[in-house]
Amino acid sequence: MTQHMMCVTPLASPATDLMIKHMLTSAVFAGFAAGLLAALLHFAFVQKLILLGEGYETGVLVHFNGVATSGSLNGHDHTAISVADAAAPATTEAATATQADGHSHEHEAVEEGSALTRNAWTSLFFGAGYVGYALLLVAGYGLAEAFGKRVTLREGLLWGIAGYAALQLAPAMGLEPELPGTMAADLTARQIWWLGTAICTAGGLGLLGYGKGVASVIGAVLLLAIPHVIGAPELDSYSGVAPPELASAFAARSLAVGLIVWSALGALSGWFWSRPQ
Amino acid sequence: MQRNTKTVGCDGMETMMTTKTLASSKATALMSVLFVAMIGAATVFLTGFAHSQALHDAAHDVRHASGFPCH
Repeated sequence: MTQHMMCVTPLASPATDLMIKHMLTSAVFAGFAAGLLAALLHFAFVQKLILLGEGYETGVLVHFNGVATSGSLNGHDHTAISVADAAAPATTEAATATQADGHSHEHEAVEEGSALTRNAWTSLFFGAGYVGYALLLVAGYGLAEAFGKRVTLREGLLWGIAGYAALQLAPAMGLEPELPGTMAADLTARQIWWLGTAICTAGGLGLLGYGKGVASVIGAVLLLAIPHVIGAPELDSYSGVAPPELASAFAARSLAVGLIVWSALGALSGWFWSRPQ
Repeated sequence: MQRNTKTVGCDGMETMMTTKTLASSKATALMSVLFVAMIGAATVFLTGFAHSQALHDAAHDVRHASGFPCH
């Protein structure tokens, strides 16, 4: 009887399980922390603009007749506009009058419940979304490590900014962040362009970061440029019902919040990833 | 009973076995990467892309704020 001691790592090894476990825990911790930050910044800076946009979308508020919108971007007078308000057909004057007269206790309770539910779903999906982003990031860290490139907090920060550029900034070059009440082209066509742009941009930035030689740079520039040369689907005319000031404030704030949260996500996931398994 | 005391990795084949081990290790790492990336892509899809009305309604504000095409 011959005995051989083998030292080859089998395919489904404990090392594989350990790596997957390390990836998942890094992504979940970093993703939920970033999601919490995203929710807080959303409620502080972005949500009131969405609620106002819905007011214009449903006709509760009317542009050029919108006395009630004066100073609303910096004030807090419109945080009271809720889904329930937005669903009810009314003029600006009626909406203003309703707010001035005060709501009944019953209506307030319904509004409060509706707002709480909405905020809970928003928080939950910010968490889910950023865990999804974090899973993609740590998959990238794993890929980099397989080729001998270690990712720590510092590299993670750069990966996070690159993720933001690929999944939020570059798509926004063609498809501006949509305030409710903004008219846009066919949804599926926009989703296809969004996805193609994100993949091309991620590939281009990956080549810029880790590629070698002139060919890599040329390939990266091509990948980054192609989606914008093709162009995003767009309408022939402008017919949005929300004021341009509101739409531009929403675009600026959502992009700024995105940069902050993605940076935090990259740094956190890099830090969790670099900790001992 | 004849006993072979020579073990793999100690019989002059160290280089070959190390190469095999490294290749295998890289292959398993890539499998792990693919697995985690697919879960991540599925999570992002459900959050930002799925056409289901219930998912759209629940993730509505997140889709708008994150720059996903929504309506």
